[in-house]
Amino acid sequence: MALDDSNKRDFKIVGTRPLRPDGVDKVTGRALYGADLSAPGMLVGKILRSPHAHARIRSIDTSAARALDGVKAVVTAEDFDPVGDDFTQDILDNCLARGKALYDGHGVAAIAATSEKVARLALKLIVVDYEILPHVTDVDAAMRPDAPVVLSGRAQENVPAGLSENVTSYFEFGHGDLEAGFAKADKIIERSFKTAATHQGYIEPHACLATMAADGRAELWCCTQGPYMVRDVCAAIMGLDSSQMRVTSSEIGGGFGGKTTVFIEPVALALSHKSGRPVKIVMSREEVFRATGPTVSSSTDVKIGMTADGRITAGQAHLRYQGGAFPCGTVEFGAQSAFAPYDLDAVRTLGWNVLTNRPKEAAYRAPGAPMAIYAVESVVDELCQILSLDPLDVRMKNAAKKGTLSSYGPTFNEIGLMATLEAAKAHPHYSAPLGPNQGRGLSCGFWFNFGGNTCVSLNVNTDGTVGVTEGNPDIGGSRASIGMMAAEELGIAYDKIRTIVADTSSLGHNDVTDGSRVTFSVGLATIDAARGAIREMCGRAARIWGIDADAVVWKDGAAMPSGANAGEFPPMTLAEIAASSHSTGGPIAGHHEGTADGAGVSFGVHLVDVETDMETGAVKVLRYSIFQDAGKAVHPSYVEGQMQGGAVQGIGWALNEEYIYGEDGRLQNAGFLDYRVPVASDLPMIEPVILEIPNPGHPYGVRGVGETPIVPPLAAISNAVSRSAGVRLAELPMSPPKVLKAIKAAKA
Amino acid sequence: MVKVTIWGSLQAATDGRGEVEVDAKTTRELLTQLSQIYPGLKPQIERGVSLAIDGEIYRDAWFTPIKPDSEVILMPYMQGG
Repeated sequence: MALDDSNKRDFKIVGTRPLRPDGVDKVTGRALYGADLSAPGMLVGKILRSPHAHARIRSIDTSAARALDGVKAVVTAEDFDPVGDDFTQDILDNCLARGKALYDGHGVAAIAATSEKVARLALKLIVVDYEILPHVTDVDAAMRPDAPVVLSGRAQENVPAGLSENVTSYFEFGHGDLEAGFAKADKIIERSFKTAATHQGYIEPHACLATMAADGRAELWCCTQGPYMVRDVCAAIMGLDSSQMRVTSSEIGGGFGGKTTVFIEPVALALSHKSGRPVKIVMSREEVFRATGPTVSSSTDVKIGMTADGRITAGQAHLRYQGGAFPCGTVEFGAQSAFAPYDLDAVRTLGWNVLTNRPKEAAYRAPGAPMAIYAVESVVDELCQILSLDPLDVRMKNAAKKGTLSSYGPTFNEIGLMATLEAAKAHPHYSAPLGPNQGRGLSCGFWFNFGGNTCVSLNVNTDGTVGVTEGNPDIGGSRASIGMMAAEELGIAYDKIRTIVADTSSLGHNDVTDGSRVTFSVGLATIDAARGAIREMCGRAARIWGIDADAVVWKDGAAMPSGANAGEFPPMTLAEIAASSHSTGGPIAGHHEGTADGAGVSFGVHLVDVETDMETGAVKVLRYSIFQDAGKAVHPSYVEGQMQGGAVQGIGWALNEEYIYGEDGRLQNAGFLDYRVPVASDLPMIEPVILEIPNPGHPYGVRGVGETPIVPPLAAISNAVSRSAGVRLAELPMSPPKVLKAIKAAKA
Repeated sequence: MVKVTIWGSLQAATDGRGEVEVDAKTTRELLTQLSQIYPGLKPQIERGVSLAIDGEIYRDAWFTPIKPDSEVILMPYMQGG
């Protein structure tokens, strides 16, 4: 659906800030999360996990555990039949190891017991005979031909020869003559960067309640970003028809991409099937860190040439991402995103996805982009420092715009990058004075966004209220924004609408809640469903009035004659039409099923001031401003929340968060005490500045906003630290010991 | 005929060419043609691809019309967080 002729539309509800519909439930504890559902006769499920980074499983003896009073079922990988495709088989093999344990924390066996205590005791009675194998956790080490091989035979056909079998895929993008471009440069800088794996850090651990009866019907309650994905994956693994597997998504305590796959659900289903009783599995925080997807860690080489007046003449990046023990598809997004904010005549990016003995990577907000743009934006900033150029002016001089051949192939249509740069330049933050040991950094950010498959059902109740049923878990305020768009279109009050998230048996397929797609695509579907209901209501009014349906229009929540020739009738409100609906043709509803396209790419600019303690290396964020194109901000508070939340996660990535592995390949910091995410007291109020440049692919101009905000903070903070401390670090996180070491090295 | 830009690491399957021409009016026809004319592209197309048509990215849309003068870019299958 294209943008309505509504650039100047006078929105009545869209753009306001009504109370969030889930607020009371969440602050009173009434909201039901993954662990909150119980069932009669329910068992407790627990998973035994490998203490080794890489080990062949010679045998698993579960006899003592099975003999323990209270143990009702035990499963291992042997209890599952092979699945037909690699994608699903990898998910299953990540739940429970088949033949080899591939990382510290890899599931090996699972128990269902009558109590938590019995389940824990039973886990201790399982005897696993391991043959410990050499391991590798570093991406560069894993690419070497002599590296321990995590999995054999998984390299795609286009991976160059001579690399380890751990290299599973290879990508190359770009255009133009690099050599000629670099020849035009007055200054060329080449640098190498590393970023640590970071976890999505959602508050709610993974949890599910499964029942699978002898008749082959299954019910699953779980916290997920994609109940239809869970249904399809679990049905395939359990050998069920999708129609016999009903998945209900719980309220979700954060996902950020980490809940776009499954980790425990097939195990709970198998335990339920074996025991004949409901089984609940709730991960501990330690399990979440050890066995659910963090993002990739990366190693990147960047080379950029620039003229003395700040024109980038050529850019090149080589990106190596490790995605854990199973093939991942992330580096291609980094390689496509790295130079996306720039209008370049010559650009080339190469990327390799690599296996290591770490947990299977899961998506994390704009997967692959933050670390790529961190490397590029760091080098651009260093060039600005060396050439004494204003970093914002250089971004504006080189900014991608409509008509730019992007670094990843397509020519850009309308994009908002220049508008965000201009807004940053005009903001008081950019010219505010700085004190000693303080520095200011900035970075551009980019994400693709997409739409995807979406169903919405909209039901008009006889009392004049409306129910909207969507299939995407609300991870960022979608129930509010969807209700607001329905109210806007129908012309009724927002509080007359209730939006719910359906289970998988109640609505057609919906793609996973990811890709910043939901407000865009579910909103689009809701508007179309509302228009369907409006057509029906106009038809009902026409029949009541005895005129043609074409002679009726919808305005301000009511049907009315289109003009004097149609006859003189007072407006008939939605409530009036609904009240008589059972006498005029039956219930009134609208629905939409389709694939949403036209999401439109997203750009943002972040500006940050930091102060470095030169004695301890600690970095304090003093001021942070975000400038992002939201298309049309349906509920500005949620948009601002997305921008602030993304920035905070990026700040943690830049300054503190990292997976730390010991020499033995075991994770050293599987808890929030040792894996430190930023908390409110670490941060200033982050100022979000929303720009609204309508997306031509949406009737209201809406654009996805959820992922772009995590992209710029890594480089923005790094650039600020380099100007604050006088040293440029090339590795994240910039934790105090690393910053202090760099300061001392510079002094020496 | 429609010109299709192929990303660098797939160009081994197109005799090193970064741009190929196929006779197609929809995305489905285009992907079918690419697989038939350049069998080396088939594994990647089967794993999943997106298409950027005149600047808009399409992920699952067989019947999206393609004009002869459309800018068509083969891209990896889009995912997100």
